[in-house]
Amino acid sequence: MSDIVVSARSVSKIFGNGPEQVRALDDVSVDICQNEFFTMLGPSGCGKTTLLRLIGGFEQATSGDILLEGQVLNDLPPYKRPINTVFQSYALFPHLTVRQNITFGLEMKGMPRREANGRADEMLDLVQLAPYGDRMPSQLSGGQQQRIALARALAPAPRVLLLDEPLSALDLKLRKEMQIELKRLQTETGITFVFVTHDQEEALAMSDRIAVMQAGKILQIGSPRDIYESPTHRFVADFIGESNFLHGEVRQTDGGAAVLTLAGGREIALAAMPVSGPRDNVTISIRPERLALYARNDQKDGLTGTIRDIVYFGTDTTYHIDLGPSGTDARLTVRVQNREGEGREFERGAQVGVTVPVDAIRVLAD
Amino acid sequence: MGNLIRSKRFWLIAPAVLYIGFFMAVPLGQMAYVSILERGDYGAVNWGVFSFDAYASFLFERDLMDNLMFNTDYLQIFARSFGLSAMTMVFALVLGFPTAFYISMQPQARRNFLIFLVTIPFWTNILVRNYAWMLLLRNGGLIDNGLAWLGYESGGLDILYTPYAVSIGLTYTYLPFMVLPIYASLEKLDHRLIEAAFDLGADKWRAMTRVILPLAAPGIAAGCILVFIPCLGAYVTPELLGGGKFMMIANLIGSQFGAARNWPFGAALGFVLLAFVLLSMMIYAMKFKSLPEEKL
Amino acid sequence: MKIDTSNPLWRFRGITPMAMFFFAYLYLPILVLIVLSFNENRLATIWTGFSTDWYRVALSNDDMLRAAKNSLVIAVSATVIATTAATLAALGMARQRFRGETGVAAMLVLPLLVPEIVTAIATLLFFVAIGVQLGLISVIAAHTVFCIPFAYLPIRARLDGMDPALAEAANDLYANEWQAFRRVTFPLLWPGIMSGAMLSFIISLDDFVISYFVGGAGATTLPIYIFGMIRMGITPEVNAVSALMLIISIVFVSISFLIDRIRY
Repeated sequence: MSDIVVSARSVSKIFGNGPEQVRALDDVSVDICQNEFFTMLGPSGCGKTTLLRLIGGFEQATSGDILLEGQVLNDLPPYKRPINTVFQSYALFPHLTVRQNITFGLEMKGMPRREANGRADEMLDLVQLAPYGDRMPSQLSGGQQQRIALARALAPAPRVLLLDEPLSALDLKLRKEMQIELKRLQTETGITFVFVTHDQEEALAMSDRIAVMQAGKILQIGSPRDIYESPTHRFVADFIGESNFLHGEVRQTDGGAAVLTLAGGREIALAAMPVSGPRDNVTISIRPERLALYARNDQKDGLTGTIRDIVYFGTDTTYHIDLGPSGTDARLTVRVQNREGEGREFERGAQVGVTVPVDAIRVLAD
Repeated sequence: MGNLIRSKRFWLIAPAVLYIGFFMAVPLGQMAYVSILERGDYGAVNWGVFSFDAYASFLFERDLMDNLMFNTDYLQIFARSFGLSAMTMVFALVLGFPTAFYISMQPQARRNFLIFLVTIPFWTNILVRNYAWMLLLRNGGLIDNGLAWLGYESGGLDILYTPYAVSIGLTYTYLPFMVLPIYASLEKLDHRLIEAAFDLGADKWRAMTRVILPLAAPGIAAGCILVFIPCLGAYVTPELLGGGKFMMIANLIGSQFGAARNWPFGAALGFVLLAFVLLSMMIYAMKFKSLPEEKL
Repeated sequence: MKIDTSNPLWRFRGITPMAMFFFAYLYLPILVLIVLSFNENRLATIWTGFSTDWYRVALSNDDMLRAAKNSLVIAVSATVIATTAATLAALGMARQRFRGETGVAAMLVLPLLVPEIVTAIATLLFFVAIGVQLGLISVIAAHTVFCIPFAYLPIRARLDGMDPALAEAANDLYANEWQAFRRVTFPLLWPGIMSGAMLSFIISLDDFVISYFVGGAGATTLPIYIFGMIRMGITPEVNAVSALMLIISIVFVSISFLIDRIRY
């Protein structure tokens, strides 16, 4: 994770002109390292595919630079970049056999046919489709086509492999298999993978680092654990997994500890004063599985509320809690794992207390 | 403009567009111009001498004393053309809608084949198609003989060279243009909408008139235009099946470039026909946000 | 619609008989013509026995063969020019939209909108005005105009159905623009081009009205010749020639449709 392979420097991309202008990327900078499985995650329209296409050379940035190993690529057409792409639709050439698809890039680079065919066989082995070289793409299943698209893009041994939502057309089971397969291929080939997806689970499962994007900007870059456990933005906390959001004022108590005061006057202790210091309008996020419920039996401090809804999910049960008198907007979702002999101890309408571990609270930037 | 010249797309598109522009758009413009020129003494036109005689001669005729006389000959030809075209359109709709509906309910492979069958006659020579009807309709032809066999008097059919024959031939010629657009809109129709109509108590008649027909309206309108317009400009059918006795607009236009040698009048007629075509296209485009041809 | 036709729910009274009548109406004349073309009798519509004599008579008619040769020269020339222009135009029109696209698209299909008789006389007036001698060249020029949209539409349809990522994938795999066109776009477009060319060819071969007006004496095409024969009367020779034309058209359209159905 040391040498930087691909960088974007203050890249902006504007589509269209006049009043129909769309700013797809807004001053984005990112460094992607050697040997990394790097994922760009975000909802559709967030600019992740645009950034990928800029790296691939299919679009030109309106401003800013794309660099490969320190060299500016901006005006280089795709066919002069040592970067290959796995397209969302796979884009296998329908008039060529599987082997001809794989050797296409090698031949274009001037490799003799015999050598190219040998390389194709290696790639077919790598994706475990050795017997399929002479088939036409239309004779393969979706999952097989996906593997051939991978083999074709990996065959010329690119410096970077770009993957544009390659798993979106597969069913759930196959998708899970391919996630493992992709990770294996990345480790075996040692090639940098830049992966685009809107599926947060996919991103968490495969990536070394994730860049979460929204509205043409990168909000947070970090390891899957960082992104999930320490989201810096409300959007990140909301988009990846489920989160509870609470708003209030952060104040310093007489004892020097930081406290968040909710609208109703309830107080939640924070581990430390946020960097920005005491202020109004602070949002914190707490993952539902980090909360716990206890039967309320006295006027103890802390959060109390009424169970509004109980949803049973098999592996766990989700409780929706109204904090304080109903009608206020403060609500919490608590997820409790179902274990043998437990559960069902709370009923709808019951008064409960909620335990909030201090280390589960994240103060968000916006 | 500099950008345009440098762009690859400009050079790709230019040959076709310039070709059509030069050999079609310019001639059409020139035709409009000729229509307001004076007729030459020995046929052709007096270039640069303007006159609205061509348009006046729709309704008026100069007698020997050079007085304008009201003349309904051409009006009759227009009336006949519109009448025959309207009749053809109705026949085509009555035959075409059930057929399109029938095809849309067939399994996919069969549908493609039937649509192919509908289109084949369009690609065959129009003279040959009309000639085949001459064989069928003439006295002593197949239909006449069939009637004779049924006990009617042989040679009593007497339908060839009448407006009826023209109407049969026109319907035959332009029928595919009715079926294809209607089929296109029926094919896209979600059959669950019809099931919903049944579910809500509509019987078949009302499912047809309240759900299917309204949803097929763009196709039906396109079909009607695509039949009516070419009918209005039909040349071969009235010539062969009408025996040249029942002129329609196109024959009148044609004759101005033959025996009648009145080019400005021919150009004026052509311009009126063209204006009518473009007008109906525009009305359709405004109502349905597409051209009727896009339904083919 | 995707429905189960065996379900009585979907049986609408009168639809099937009407459709049957339709197809009978559509094909009866064609069948009758073909059958009568094999009739040995001099009287064109009375069946007396099978014979291919009238084909022999027709095919040894020198005037008709000359007309057929004219038709062929015109159709091939118009097809080559029109298909080339249409292919380029389709490549230029596909993908991204541009300002004025609607106007350009309308121009490309203009020849389909204008009634034939109007095209015919406007072209005639134009050629006379600019002093072009009426003959084979003028007919080829006029045919090319209406062949362009017939070639353009299937090619464009094919391009629109093509995944834009395919050309990008070729670029991505180190093929430059020309290589990507030659190795990927063109092979995939080829059936559309062939289909468009064949449609142009028959539409030109079959054209009567436009050739009739802009042909002049030197460019008698087969349809013009047949028109003359029909005017003279119904004869078994006309039956044979007509049936031949019919069959050629049907064969060409069928091939064109089969090619257009090629999917990889």
